[in-house]
Amino acid sequence: MSVLVYINSNGEKIAKSAFEAVTYAKKLGEVTVVTNGKTDDSTLAQLGKYGASKVLVDRSFEGIDEQQLTRMVATAAEKEGANTIVFSNDLIGKAVAPRLSVKMNAGLVAGATGVPQEDGTIPVNVFSGKAHGFVKVNTDKKIIALLPNSIQPEETGADATVEEFSGNAGDTRVTVKDTKFPEGDIPLPEAELVVSGGRGLKGPENWNLILDLAKELGAATACSRPVADSGWRPHHEHVGQTGVAISPNLYIAAGISGAIQHLAGVNRSKVIVVINTDDEAPFFKAADYGVVGDAFEVLPRLLDAVKKFKASN
Amino acid sequence: MKILVCISKAPDTTTKISFTDGDTKFDEGGVKYIVNPYDEWYALVKGIELKEAHGGSVTTITVGTAEDDATIRKALAIGADDAVRVDVKAEDAGQVAAEIANFAKEGAYDLVLLGKETIDYNGSQVGGMLAEHLDMPFISLAERMEVNGSKATLDKEIVGGVQTVEADLPLVVSCAKGMAEQRIPNMRGIMAARTKPLKVVEASNAAKQTSFVKYGLPAPKSAVKLIDPNNMDELVELLHNEAKVI
Ligand SMILES: Cc1cc2nc3c(=O)[nH]c(=O)nc-3n(C[C@H](O)[C@H](O)[C@H](O)COP(=O)(O)OP(=O)(O)OC[C@H]3O[C@@H](n4cnc5c(N)ncnc54)[C@H](O)[C@@H]3O)c2cc1C
Repeated sequence: MSVLVYINSNGEKIAKSAFEAVTYAKKLGEVTVVTNGKTDDSTLAQLGKYGASKVLVDRSFEGIDEQQLTRMVATAAEKEGANTIVFSNDLIGKAVAPRLSVKMNAGLVAGATGVPQEDGTIPVNVFSGKAHGFVKVNTDKKIIALLPNSIQPEETGADATVEEFSGNAGDTRVTVKDTKFPEGDIPLPEAELVVSGGRGLKGPENWNLILDLAKELGAATACSRPVADSGWRPHHEHVGQTGVAISPNLYIAAGISGAIQHLAGVNRSKVIVVINTDDEAPFFKAADYGVVGDAFEVLPRLLDAVKKFKASN
Repeated sequence: MKILVCISKAPDTTTKISFTDGDTKFDEGGVKYIVNPYDEWYALVKGIELKEAHGGSVTTITVGTAEDDATIRKALAIGADDAVRVDVKAEDAGQVAAEIANFAKEGAYDLVLLGKETIDYNGSQVGGMLAEHLDMPFISLAERMEVNGSKATLDKEIVGGVQTVEADLPLVVSCAKGMAEQRIPNMRGIMAARTKPLKVVEASNAAKQTSFVKYGLPAPKSAVKLIDPNNMDELVELLHNEAKVI
């Protein structure tokens, strides 16, 4: 079976979520990747390592306009006779996959967390991670958008062949005026390690406690909703039911009580460490490791311990 | 400016989730429904703000049964002018988008606003689908929007950053945090909402492309391992050797 994977190659390097999507697709069939932009052939050929046989690249346009990408992916699907299309359910996948679903009359499984079961149904998270469900696709064609960090990229193959093609992407009706990437930040939705702070940290002037530890670990930073609402931290760091939902390998929460709405965004983390002065804070029930103590003392100690660990490893 | 805001209900955020009928159905017993927070806090309030600044009208649209009318009245209390309900139980994003598109394509709306996702199925699908049906650009995860004549300028979240884009109306925009501030309906709004028009239209019976066949709850966590606050070396050791995450 021919499976098509869209990946974004417009950044400086190809994101891990793209390798995850290719690894996933390889479990379903013979993989062709489609992408656009300027990334050179040898970088694209490396997608073969994760199981792609071929990479189709449309060099006639750059950027992530969702209408252009929809047309390009539809053209590639037709050319390859692919009935299954895989995206990463990142911000681009969330904009393009639904459009494509209508264009191709293909049922969309958004946020898949694993491969199809024996009965063909696909697992997803529902109710903000408080439960999971299995989705059946009723159409012949299907689109699967894979939740980032759900599977590990696997290196199995050799180089892929790279072919230029025309995706008939057409024009964009949206003009990009400016793009800003906050310096040094690791994007939260894709981060493997996250350090997060809540109201227990008392004010923005104390955030170096979170930032220093995150920097030492190479982690992204997050916060609870009242912290973002009070303007202590930017909105995009707010995790939870009404913020970003994340599933990193490690989530360290300091001074966060663990309200049900907060947990809904982080309960898919593989390992949770909670630092809180109150041994009855609800977060301890969801934690793997708990430290009952004052974050103002514990975080600097943890920072020293991480430094020591890194020096000796 | 004619604005259409898509409103969906969602279980209250403190709802305990459980399933019935051999784990094939969400147990609605005792569940309190609210307006999906993203639809209410950001899409609806932004629509009302734009109307206040530029004139025009805000219509809400919901795909659902009479059980949804209480949520729709809440949206009217916050300040929408009128509401439409497409009379069918919503079961799949494809179906919802097709029904909304079917209504919206006759209405010459300048803006179709919706929340970035619902907090029950978290699909983030309807906006993009709707935009394709209506052949409009789709600005996803917008945090800011200004309208100037027939042009809109928006900030949208992209991976690792923010992009400022400009486009001609009409547009479909999914709204995220930052777009607007939550508004609490006042008594006058609540009274007025009772008599505002809520039109029920027949569904076009759009096909369901997907269905949920089974649900499950996560396996319970094992008890937390407590670490001495004076011994962070032990925590790092455990994270490295036992949890293998650093
Ligand atoms: C509809 C709705 C949606 C919501 N969505 C979200 C969401 O998406 N995300 C979210 O986070 N919240 C959300 N909330 C809010 C949520 O209910 C909680 O109010 C919020 O998560 C609390 O944030 P917090 O834990 O930082 O603050 P608090 O609840 O005030 O907790 C602070 C914690 O810090 C501890 N502490 C104090 N001092 C110290 C110290 N020196 N060292 C260590 N610990 C200390 C305290 O013991 C306490 O446990 C939502 C609420 C509603 C109603």
